[in-house]
Amino acid sequence: MKMNGGLGPEAPSCAARFRVTGAGRAPGLLLVLLLSGPAFAVADPKEMLPDPQQEARAEAIGSQLRCLVCQNESIEDSNADMAKDLRAIVRQRVVAGTTDQQVIDWMVARYGNFVRLKPPLMLSTALLWATPALGLLLGGLAAWWGRRRAVEQGGPAPLTAAEQARLRELTGAE
Amino acid sequence: MLAPLGLAAAAGLAFWKMLDRMAAGKFDPHALDNPLVGKQVPDFSLTGLGKAKGFGAADLKQAAAAKPVLVNFYASWCIPCAEEADILASLAAEGIPIWAVAYKDTEAASGEFLNRYGNPYARIANDAAGRVAIDWGVYGVPESFLIDRSGIVRWHLAGPLTEDSVRSELRPALRAIA
Repeated sequence: MKMNGGLGPEAPSCAARFRVTGAGRAPGLLLVLLLSGPAFAVADPKEMLPDPQQEARAEAIGSQLRCLVCQNESIEDSNADMAKDLRAIVRQRVVAGTTDQQVIDWMVARYGNFVRLKPPLMLSTALLWATPALGLLLGGLAAWWGRRRAVEQGGPAPLTAAEQARLRELTGAE
Repeated sequence: MLAPLGLAAAAGLAFWKMLDRMAAGKFDPHALDNPLVGKQVPDFSLTGLGKAKGFGAADLKQAAAAKPVLVNFYASWCIPCAEEADILASLAAEGIPIWAVAYKDTEAASGEFLNRYGNPYARIANDAAGRVAIDWGVYGVPESFLIDRSGIVRWHLAGPLTEDSVRSELRPALRAIA
């Protein structure tokens, strides 16, 4: 268990961008920032590439890569120091002309497949990928089994005379 | 009737086993496998931090060929690094060479840290930009790597060394490559 781990010298947390907004004094500002959350991730425009096409490519690659400090955010969304470094590396490599796959492979070589937010289909992830099909299969089996049992038992018992009388009384039928 | 009960019992048993392993420090659900384990140390070359001697991949492999080296990424601003200081000190006292990579640190802050918690390091390389750490797959400090005689990373731990992890992981790894 890593407590403070690799957050960086200033140790900003994953939620730092919400903490530094001065919420008490400016609830309106907080609301604006909350609503603009994802777009606000790369807070520093200096990080962005001057060429919008390259920047779009870098963002597309970065959003597929997990920030290992926060683990549930992509490096594009995370404010951790580490994510900032990785964003910069993605951009350097995009400018250098490497393909998307090469950038992702470079990250996987260092951080393993866990760095990919969408895991590849392989032996260790086969069960994960098969889960929807397995769920459907199990659900289908359960439904089929339940129906078969109901049919075997011949359905519910017929109403007794008293119940039929009560039913007639309630529905007003003859 | 018995099948669901059996399934629930098996799940419960597996869960209990997992908690037991977590309590014994043998299983950390947040731990990640570092792909470097089983591979040669990556190429790098760093100068020393302050007066300490720095090192690169070549120096590290040369030293490890004589005696396996524990490489420890640390930073003076990192709280778990202070927690593992006593353990590092006792490992160094046993004669295990410990080489440090100072991650995004300064000479002054690191000097203060080592004065306060002791200096177990034979060498301290200065990774001010944190770029070498990324090549090692480090995603936080502290992280430790054991390098064997042929320059291969044999064991890795993300997070502070504890008495549990030293006993159940580092010692067996050291014995295996002795």
